[in-house]
Amino acid sequence: MSDKQYYYAVARIRTKELSLLSASFLEQLLGAKTVAEGMRLLTDKGWDTEQTAGSESERVEKMLLSEKKKTRALIEEMVDDMSVFDVLRLEYDYHNLKAAIKQALTTDEHQGIYTEEGTVPSSVMRDAAASRDFSALPERMRDIAAEAMDVLLHTQDGQLCDIMIDKAALEAIYDAGKASGSDILKLYGELKVASADIKIAVRASKTGKDRKFLDAALAKCESLDLDALAKAAVEGTDEICEYIALTDYAEAADELRSSASAFERWCDNLIIRNIKPEIYHPYTIGPLAAYMIARDNEIKTVRIVMSGKINDLPEDSVRERVREMYV
Amino acid sequence: MGIGTALALAGAASAALFAGVGSAIGVGRGGQAAAGVVTEDPNKFSQVLILQLLPGTQGIYGLLIAFIALSRLGVMSGSPAELTVGTGLMYFFACAPMAFVGLVSAMQQAKASVASIGLVAKRPDQFGKSMIFPAMVETYAILALLVSILAINGIPS
Repeated sequence: MSDKQYYYAVARIRTKELSLLSASFLEQLLGAKTVAEGMRLLTDKGWDTEQTAGSESERVEKMLLSEKKKTRALIEEMVDDMSVFDVLRLEYDYHNLKAAIKQALTTDEHQGIYTEEGTVPSSVMRDAAASRDFSALPERMRDIAAEAMDVLLHTQDGQLCDIMIDKAALEAIYDAGKASGSDILKLYGELKVASADIKIAVRASKTGKDRKFLDAALAKCESLDLDALAKAAVEGTDEICEYIALTDYAEAADELRSSASAFERWCDNLIIRNIKPEIYHPYTIGPLAAYMIARDNEIKTVRIVMSGKINDLPEDSVRERVREMYV
Repeated sequence: MGIGTALALAGAASAALFAGVGSAIGVGRGGQAAAGVVTEDPNKFSQVLILQLLPGTQGIYGLLIAFIALSRLGVMSGSPAELTVGTGLMYFFACAPMAFVGLVSAMQQAKASVASIGLVAKRPDQFGKSMIFPAMVETYAILALLVSILAINGIPS
């Protein structure tokens, strides 16, 4: 699938890359005195800031959603088979599955809990959970959906349900990365799963979870020894850092000691650094995948910066959360 | 028509055929990339058009070799010469450099052209430099053209 050559699409993406946000632009955005000033800067960059209804927070969210839709529409216009990008979209399917299962077991109707960025429409997920018939879902999701719903029904343990679905999501991302045949998508899957495993280990360690929990939550990947990670997590956060220092993620040990958000930022930056060589590839699927990841990354960063402005957070505290940019 | 004449005609045809196929593939790939750039920025049409056309020269060189060979064989005047197998083979191998180097160089030049179109998409001020990269591949097509011309002209009539 990834052997296909995308001459038209990559050349078009090269032009679109000119409008990606740079580090210097983010400095400007950080320096904006108000949300309105930040929105003006984004308008100059071609972002859809024309939303006028609602609070500042709602307008920012609408703008970010619109930008996500624009990226997806652009790629869909150029690529016949979007399944090659499943690795980037599967996490949203499993997010929707969690939301649908929990929604099905409550009487309250919650709004805005679904996202349309996955591979399965949220309405299909919602209907499947409501009818407790998961046959309309992709095969990989059917068993875990039924199992998670069963567990939630019998134990009322939302965390256990989350762990089961999150692990299935990580396994699906890892498998989709490998199946894509694209080096960059495989790497994305690997990094996504490895960083999630490290985060799970740290949280489990801090909340005193046992080995059984870790075995249930950690998903396999090539760059981590899950047995060693779980063992370290049972012993403590310092032991996790010691183990991480022996892996490909040695640089992350200091970030882990510092804070969870510093580690998350490091993970996102690691992915961006690894996709940067795609700027020079002229016709493979890689530059398209890199553009999608880069757009997600800049949307996430703009959300951080604008949320900081809305909540009057100090500029320095927002700056330390700002991600590296692709261009 | 004897085997010698058939071999000579096969050589002439292969020069036009393989070099032409290479150019068609190359210009097609370049065209796809050029269309991608023009979709977003129509002002770059003339720059990317030139880069698209660069892999097209091999097809012209192949045609030229085929013409020279066919003229010498008398096919153009309607009275093809009867050649020995040895002379036919000489024509065949004289045309071979243009046929095979034409095919491969056009396809490789297309890759360089596509990359240069990407370069122009991002940095239109570097158009001059972007032309040089695919043009370097042209060197080898020209060398093959020269060898084929010299070899055909060197075959005793």
